[in-house]
Amino acid sequence: MSNDHILVVDQLMMRFGGIIAVGGLSFTAKHGEITALIGPNGAGKTTVFNCITGFYRPSGGELRLTHPGGATFQLEKLNDFRICKIAKVARTFQNIRLFPGMTALENLMVAQHNALMRASGMTFLGLFGVPSWRAAEQRAIDRAKFWLDRVGLIARADDAAGNLPYGDQRRLEIARAMCTEPALLCLDEPAAGLNARESAGLNELLLSIRAEHGTSVLLIEHDMSVVMEISDHVIVLDHGTKIADGTPRAVRDDPKVIAAYLGVEDDEVAAVERELGQ
Amino acid sequence: MDYLAQQLINGLVLGSIYGLIAIGYTMVYGIVGMINFAHGDIFMIGGFIALITFLVLVSFGLTMVPVILLVVLLVSMAVTALYGWTVERIAYRPLRQSFRLAPMLSAIGMSFVLMNFAQISQGARVKPVPPIVTGGYTLHEGADGFVVQISNVQILVVITTVLLLALFTWMVSRTRLGRDMRACEQDQTMAALLGVDVDRTISMTFVIGAALASVAGMMYLLYYGLVDFFMGFLAGIKAFTAAVLGGIGSLPGAMLGGLLIGLIETLWSAYFSVEYKDVAAFSILIIVLIFMPTGLLGRPEVEKV
Repeated sequence: MSNDHILVVDQLMMRFGGIIAVGGLSFTAKHGEITALIGPNGAGKTTVFNCITGFYRPSGGELRLTHPGGATFQLEKLNDFRICKIAKVARTFQNIRLFPGMTALENLMVAQHNALMRASGMTFLGLFGVPSWRAAEQRAIDRAKFWLDRVGLIARADDAAGNLPYGDQRRLEIARAMCTEPALLCLDEPAAGLNARESAGLNELLLSIRAEHGTSVLLIEHDMSVVMEISDHVIVLDHGTKIADGTPRAVRDDPKVIAAYLGVEDDEVAAVERELGQ
Repeated sequence: MDYLAQQLINGLVLGSIYGLIAIGYTMVYGIVGMINFAHGDIFMIGGFIALITFLVLVSFGLTMVPVILLVVLLVSMAVTALYGWTVERIAYRPLRQSFRLAPMLSAIGMSFVLMNFAQISQGARVKPVPPIVTGGYTLHEGADGFVVQISNVQILVVITTVLLLALFTWMVSRTRLGRDMRACEQDQTMAALLGVDVDRTISMTFVIGAALASVAGMMYLLYYGLVDFFMGFLAGIKAFTAAVLGGIGSLPGAMLGGLLIGLIETLWSAYFSVEYKDVAAFSILIIVLIFMPTGLLGRPEVEKV
């Protein structure tokens, strides 16, 4: 596979007992692009995310991640903290998972664990307050503040994350994911529960993340205004398999996609296709 | 009045020791949601390590008390921390994905293992040490001849406790490790997704808890002048009571609970009967839990989704 793909999903299979949540799914995501994963409820989108971020061990198939530098990782073989530490994949959740009892700033500081871990010499240098550790701590604070500023939460840095309004929590979660300096950022329905103005702000944020930091984004979203406006590439899932793949415009006009969303039977798809003259 | 003042001093010292142990219970509960029943025995091991280190130093002819104390403190913290780490590694970590009760049962087993290990290796008899820190101050002498005293050991115990607590509080609230610990306490999976090595953070929690317990063990040795293999049992239960009383999972709560249990026990012994001091301490626990089920400073438990 060529080097311009950050993520190559090859014949991914995820089985829960007798239920096949994802069956032989293959797709690719390019470096520096926003790739959207859409589909009706229960199509297996979040399951794909859970496989990528190590929550589930896939029943079969390969997940190959390639860094811009060329290093490759088989994500299906890594587990828990290594996905973030080594492979540099970060994610957010459909139902926000901040650390509610910690301040917004502290949430972003935890995300910089690995940089600080190196600087504190596996804790011991930190205990004695070595200057290099202090400097690293300061850098981490600066980075956290930079991201708080980017998502417009700098004024609330010292508020407990759990006390922030819903929309702010969503943006804070994205900022926290970005603090891990990911190569691939996986966003699970970042626009869910946002009003029109907030989701327009989200579009802007994601576009600027792609433009300024070169981070590749994998996005699950139901809000079509977000998907159509910002994604470079759209993959449509239904019942755990890919039914369409292409630019937002091409996908939107695909009768199979329309059928999947409207819930028609397969023979009716043929009928729709005939009507559209294909 | 003088009598009361004296009892308050004594209670404060005892409470400091309980508080240091209680922090270990509350920290572990906060981060992995289990009661580490072997923690009292870690305290006992700390006492023994302190005793052995002291005897070794004296046999080398060291006589400078401050140096002895410092070396004993550091050695006993380090060795006991190693015990804490080992216990977590072999008895709790393999059971982490198991059902909730499994690590708890394993902890009770570990408690017996440590107790019997100390009994076999050190003997069943009470080990006395000569007073290492002597002297004290007379604070007030009453007209009836009653003297309010504070001994140097008592001062040492309280000062060490305060210093350690300050250091510990700083660590939890300001350092990377403290942040990681709090993050793991709130959402372990999410912490792992942000690159935090959860297993390592949990190990560090046990190490720190054991180090604090070892200081309590050393203070106990200095204060009472003896250790035995069984001392961890009652002290452990008392400290656990203190942690629950203060609100398990809450660090200031553990310290407050420790102080209260120490004071209640001392005052009850002074004014009522020594035989029933444990009954008094545990009764207060029951009464508080009836009216405040989450303890004095505990937060109501929010069920994780």
